[in-house]
Amino acid sequence: MIRLEKRPSPSRFWTMLTPVLAVVLTMIAGGLMFAILGKPPVEAIRTIFWDPLFGEFAYYFAPQLLVKAGPLILIAIGLSLGFRAGIWNIGAEGQYIIGALVGGGVGLAVYPSDSPFLFPLMVIAGGLGGFAWAMIPALLRTAFRTNEILVSLLLVYVAENIMASMALGLMRNPDGAGFPGSRNFKDYPAAFNDELVTGVGMHWGVLAAFIAVIFAYILLQRHMLGFQIKLTGQSPRAAVFGGVRPARLVIFCLGISGMLAGLAGLFEVTGPSGQITTDFNQGYGFTAIIVAFLGRLHPVGILLAGLLMALTYIGGDAAQLNLGLPSSAIQAFQGMLLFFLLGVDILSNFRIRFRKREVV
Amino acid sequence: MDLSAINWLLLLASLMVASTPILLAALGELVVEKAGVLNLGVEGMMITGAICGFAIAVETQSPVMGFFAAALGGAVLSLIFGILTQVLLSNQVATGLALTLFGLGLSSLLGQGYIGIKPPLTAKLHIPYLSDIPYLGQILFRHDPLVYFSLILVLVVWLVLKFTRAGLVLRAVGENHDAAHALGFKVVRIRLAAIAFGGACAGLGGAYLSLIRVPQWTEGMTAGAGWIALAIVVFASWKPGRVILGAYLFGGVTVLQLNLQAAGLAIPVEYLSMSPYLITILVLVIMSADRSRAALNAPGCLGRSFHASS
Repeated sequence: MIRLEKRPSPSRFWTMLTPVLAVVLTMIAGGLMFAILGKPPVEAIRTIFWDPLFGEFAYYFAPQLLVKAGPLILIAIGLSLGFRAGIWNIGAEGQYIIGALVGGGVGLAVYPSDSPFLFPLMVIAGGLGGFAWAMIPALLRTAFRTNEILVSLLLVYVAENIMASMALGLMRNPDGAGFPGSRNFKDYPAAFNDELVTGVGMHWGVLAAFIAVIFAYILLQRHMLGFQIKLTGQSPRAAVFGGVRPARLVIFCLGISGMLAGLAGLFEVTGPSGQITTDFNQGYGFTAIIVAFLGRLHPVGILLAGLLMALTYIGGDAAQLNLGLPSSAIQAFQGMLLFFLLGVDILSNFRIRFRKREVV
Repeated sequence: MDLSAINWLLLLASLMVASTPILLAALGELVVEKAGVLNLGVEGMMITGAICGFAIAVETQSPVMGFFAAALGGAVLSLIFGILTQVLLSNQVATGLALTLFGLGLSSLLGQGYIGIKPPLTAKLHIPYLSDIPYLGQILFRHDPLVYFSLILVLVVWLVLKFTRAGLVLRAVGENHDAAHALGFKVVRIRLAAIAFGGACAGLGGAYLSLIRVPQWTEGMTAGAGWIALAIVVFASWKPGRVILGAYLFGGVTVLQLNLQAAGLAIPVEYLSMSPYLITILVLVIMSADRSRAALNAPGCLGRSFHASS
């Protein structure tokens, strides 16, 4: 019979290989799912993973890769710090919305302005907005031991209602003939998050994501705080004896992840999305959870995982266009990926031994 | 605002209907957590149950078949979580989140052809004599069978957990899985059974939304009900009787804010819609602030993986 034997420490070999294995398994299972839906499986997989980069319309799709990957990486980097320490912020979607509303609100409040300081100010406001929203679960957890998973998630629904209220009320475009939605940032140069290099998809948010990757790497590998985060995740009791203050760590991890999510929201709403509407959020806050795990909670891994996940978004759009595949199929596909990833993780933590059944 | 525009009798009657989906899901999750497993995928199982129940009820024109399909769908989905966490020993928090994300995607995929269709109606069960009592009869005794089923289920779960051997074993597994294993109980099997029960209950709750409460299918229609159910288990401090209290409290808030919207209260609609979530957070804070209560009742091995080393 098969027996599982716990490894003393996770296997480095399998830790690197399991994400690849999970992607391959997801492609196979996803192919089966597409076959059941009556779509050609091989063609569907190729449309999602190959064509956006190397196909006929790659010039259109490839820049989108960075546009989609930017917010995913930015949010996932923040989440991964908390996940490593056993602090579960799953309400990044809410922090993303509030960041966009606060930062965007600053820009809209002073319309029309052409100050060069406006955009940096909006960025700061967006980060603070996300930070403040994440402080709600953080302070409730440190003060009252309230479960941060439930509070951060429930606040997403609150944030969505605030977003609807803003788009229909306070931030509605006064020249918009009564339609819901704010002024379009594309017509507001001082507040617009334009492409840094035309035609590549690189905007300030993508740059911020790359910087976040570098900072997170240094924090985790070289800084005391990173060591404390990793230690708390592996053994909370030992960490306390080692001088870690759990409450501070909760506030730091939730605060950073909230701030990065808020920044992602601001860069998105002033750039690719362009407008505060009743539903400008696209679920990046939730997909980023998958990105964080797919990247093994490691900054470099998250960078690669974010690009891969962005690819499934673009490929999903392409498959929707060319094969009539429903958009929700991609969501199920992404969920499946996380399942396989968590499942094959056993290979890095356990050894599988075959031996005869003993009498027990 | 015109408060007299609210029909308080109808409000109280619809309170039970609004609470039932959350009650069912929370009860299932309570059993799962009593077995020491934290399944954060309630939202995903609920919405999968909602579409499974809806699709089968429409195809067979029988709501009863729909509810069976919903329970089955929820249980099958929960077993993905069960196998991953119990056999492959994955992290329960992460796997639960994956279940929610997957369930949301899967349900909108399955539900594509069912948007805008009306489901077959579930007949109301007028309990003889009792339903003729003035006022009280209308509020309490003229509902669909599932409202009564959910209340009976609470009673059954309470009796089983408190007075039977099976319930004792389940609680033992949740309190200390190593000790239960040493006594010869099959920890993994018992937990899988509990997870499947939780999935079936969440599926039923979801189908109640799509077949009776709304009744139609829309994407993402559970809108956080699964998360509120999770919060109610904490609110109830893992006691079945208090789950009713919690679920009816939140049902009451939901119904009241809907009625206030209709009555034209001077508060914008969005702020009323967020009130059930805010009140859930408030209640969570109050419950967890009480150190003696919250910590003592949580099952000892909640959320921890079990691996028999020998």
